[in-house]
Amino acid sequence: MTSFMLSGTNASKISSHLTHLRHQMGAPAIGMVLTLVVVCDESNQYDATRAATDAAREHPSRILVVINRDPEEANRLDAELRIGESTPGEVVLLRLYGELTRHADSVVSPLLLPDTPVVAWWPGPCPEVPSKDPIGQLAQRRITDARADTDSVAAIVGRSRGYVAGDTDMAWTRLTPWRSLLAAAFDQPVGRVGGGLVEAAAGNASGPLLAAWLSRRVGVPIGVAESGGPGLTAVRLNTDEGEVSVTRTDARLATLRRPGQPDRHVALARRHTSELLAEELRRLDPDEIYAEALQQLAATG
Amino acid sequence: MTSPAQPEPSGPEAAAPDEAAGPTAATGADTSPTAAAGADTSPSAGTGADLYPAATRPSDEAAVVAAQAATAATTREALTANPLRDPRDKRLPRVAGPCVLVLFGVTGDLAKRKLLPAIYDLGNRGLLPPGFSLVGFARRDWAAQDFAQVTHDAIKENARTPFREEVWKQLREGIHFVPGEFHDDGAFDALAMALKEIDETRGTGGNYAFYLSVPPKFFPLVVQQLKRTGLANAPHGAWRRVVIEKPFGHDLASAQELNEITSAVFPESSVFRIDHYLGKETVQNIMALRFANNLFEPIWNRSYVDHVQITMAEDIGIGGRAGYYDGIGAARDVIQNHLLQLLALVGMEDPTSFDADALRREKEKVLKAVRLPQDLSLGTARGAYTAGWQGGEPVVGYLEEEGIPADSITETYAAIKLEIANRRWAGVPFYLRTGKRLGRRVTEVAVVFQRAPHLPFSKTDTEILGQNALVIRVQPDEGITVRFGSKVPGTAMEVRDVSMDFAYGESFMESSPEAYERLLLDVLIGDPPLFPHQREVELSWRILDPIEEFWATQGQPEGYPAGTWGPPSADAMMARDGRVWRRL
Repeated sequence: MTSFMLSGTNASKISSHLTHLRHQMGAPAIGMVLTLVVVCDESNQYDATRAATDAAREHPSRILVVINRDPEEANRLDAELRIGESTPGEVVLLRLYGELTRHADSVVSPLLLPDTPVVAWWPGPCPEVPSKDPIGQLAQRRITDARADTDSVAAIVGRSRGYVAGDTDMAWTRLTPWRSLLAAAFDQPVGRVGGGLVEAAAGNASGPLLAAWLSRRVGVPIGVAESGGPGLTAVRLNTDEGEVSVTRTDARLATLRRPGQPDRHVALARRHTSELLAEELRRLDPDEIYAEALQQLAATG
Repeated sequence: MTSPAQPEPSGPEAAAPDEAAGPTAATGADTSPTAAAGADTSPSAGTGADLYPAATRPSDEAAVVAAQAATAATTREALTANPLRDPRDKRLPRVAGPCVLVLFGVTGDLAKRKLLPAIYDLGNRGLLPPGFSLVGFARRDWAAQDFAQVTHDAIKENARTPFREEVWKQLREGIHFVPGEFHDDGAFDALAMALKEIDETRGTGGNYAFYLSVPPKFFPLVVQQLKRTGLANAPHGAWRRVVIEKPFGHDLASAQELNEITSAVFPESSVFRIDHYLGKETVQNIMALRFANNLFEPIWNRSYVDHVQITMAEDIGIGGRAGYYDGIGAARDVIQNHLLQLLALVGMEDPTSFDADALRREKEKVLKAVRLPQDLSLGTARGAYTAGWQGGEPVVGYLEEEGIPADSITETYAAIKLEIANRRWAGVPFYLRTGKRLGRRVTEVAVVFQRAPHLPFSKTDTEILGQNALVIRVQPDEGITVRFGSKVPGTAMEVRDVSMDFAYGESFMESSPEAYERLLLDVLIGDPPLFPHQREVELSWRILDPIEEFWATQGQPEGYPAGTWGPPSADAMMARDGRVWRRL
């Protein structure tokens, strides 16, 4: 691993240092497929950087971690460059002080890889309207996480207000295995759905979102009930042929029940942030299904 | 027919032996995030199936069309019937419906190293349906838990994704074992009973895939047993599929014979022939490279391409496969399937879509257009390795390998020159070579371009400038290399070759699906584009048979020391055309 600290620097110096380091490593060609801008603070930068570098194994990226420091200090930009850290691509930690904290885009913009997608990710608190944020404006894809909000449910319900194609939320990403399993259960005809219930831990943002998606797809209201958790614990749907349910109490193994069929166990483990991020980076086109679920959630929730 | 008393082999020679035998064969296929052509071919719901009948032979045409229409209809119905699915919802993976995979030859090397781990990896990625069950069948006095233990060990050792208890638990519940021999009616009756029971306890709905990871000599027995027990016939609303591994015969006649055996019981649309090369991401990426870009296709023809070299080199010897390999040789083992499939993908015209029918049609067309050299003694070369040093270790020659007769005429190196007689490729030779105990392990397709028509430089400036080349590296370091001339920095104008690499090999290693994962999933889903059709198999044998017949009259092949790049005759073959093999 090659690491390099630059204090009181600017984007141009960082850029030339990156090139220099890359040549030194003997890999002058850029094989990176996107730029990932992580906006966070000192408290969550370690975990976020780690998740991003893990995801970069699947999607070689230039990772720019924007860490806002004390806005009261004198204006300064510190940078930490990491290359060859058991991951392809490059990691640059940018620490912003003083008034610069409000102009992070001026640092990020010259460091973006040319002509490749830009993804912004807020692992912690995010702007009200991500697409209006200076960093968000640079990105095609804006990933937020309702779970980081103090009121996660209100956060996800409010997402539709600022929604622009290209927005996405980790609360939605966490649902993919559930949705996949439910869709698989519906591959064999079960008749019309009359109603249903999603059970999740209190304050879980994914629960209401799953209910909204289901109710949008099947055309009947799906309720949300609180359970002991952890996370999502059950989905019960009343169909013409009886109850179809997926229940999970240990956050690892779920049970699928269908009328007239034996119970089946399916692995349904909660996933690490890096896996969620990797899923987000796989497709960079607008997620219309998510938009519909948000609409539904805003209309009913 | 075989004698039923023959013991079941410990390693399925049937199965992709070239790679399966390799100690370093763990390299898999990788996903390109930007251009995953294969991943996007997804269930195309048989759009082409209604328009274009799949088979040319009228006898099975009707059956095939009917079967395709049925599949297309069920897929479409399922899609419309399932409110939770939406084509725009790209996050939801393609998941197979409830089904059972019956594995014959579970004790074999391929099962342990590739198939069982691949099944687990699919489960780990959430791609196996709830209720998925795995039934092992072998001549072992095992109970289900013994087979589960074998599976567990195979997974721990060879799976690509981390071991997770809950995934194993899900898989473990569906593991069954039926002991018996292939000629034993009782064993197959027991299998049929077990499957029926699984349908009831696991809700698998009568959908069975039979994976024949056994030598082809056992195919007739197994297939007949499946017919006798009625397992080959799917009840309404269910499917039955059979998966077979290469070799698909050892010449045209035997391939047809083999096909008659399976086609007498299973319709062509239910037969999945595995050529694991086609499951590799790089190979699927050939299509993305060619048909998703505008950069390469305009020069992908005789006006710009000088020749094409397709190479599969192995550093290993025949290992313990003497019984299979002797009498088969490098050309039948590798050229007939892998290399000709690569040739077809590189040489074909653009398919109208990526569904199985359209893709196979284009591959067939180009295989039909393949022409052999006029004089086979000048347009082919073959060799057998002799004792030497390979990668720092002394190794024995082919004739000294255990189980190889001293007068064997089997080749371990084969090179052939082919031409494709169509407007795109007329006059562009395709050189195919494969060998064991060569310098190193590498598979690649190199498209070598013509020299620039005019060089406005002095001769000395461009003395060491070669030809431009586009190289698709299939394994082990998957990626694409472009070779072109560049100015050497300095005050003089000196132009020299440089290589530009795009590698996804290293980057995506960790989580990318292995070829067998992709292919197994396609079998369970019933998505056939990546499986060669019987017609392709037969066309390939038509290309190879005359060469094999010629070689059979030529006595022992020329020797080449292990660790070198083949016999002098192969270099001479290129030299006659004024070309050289790429140094790999």
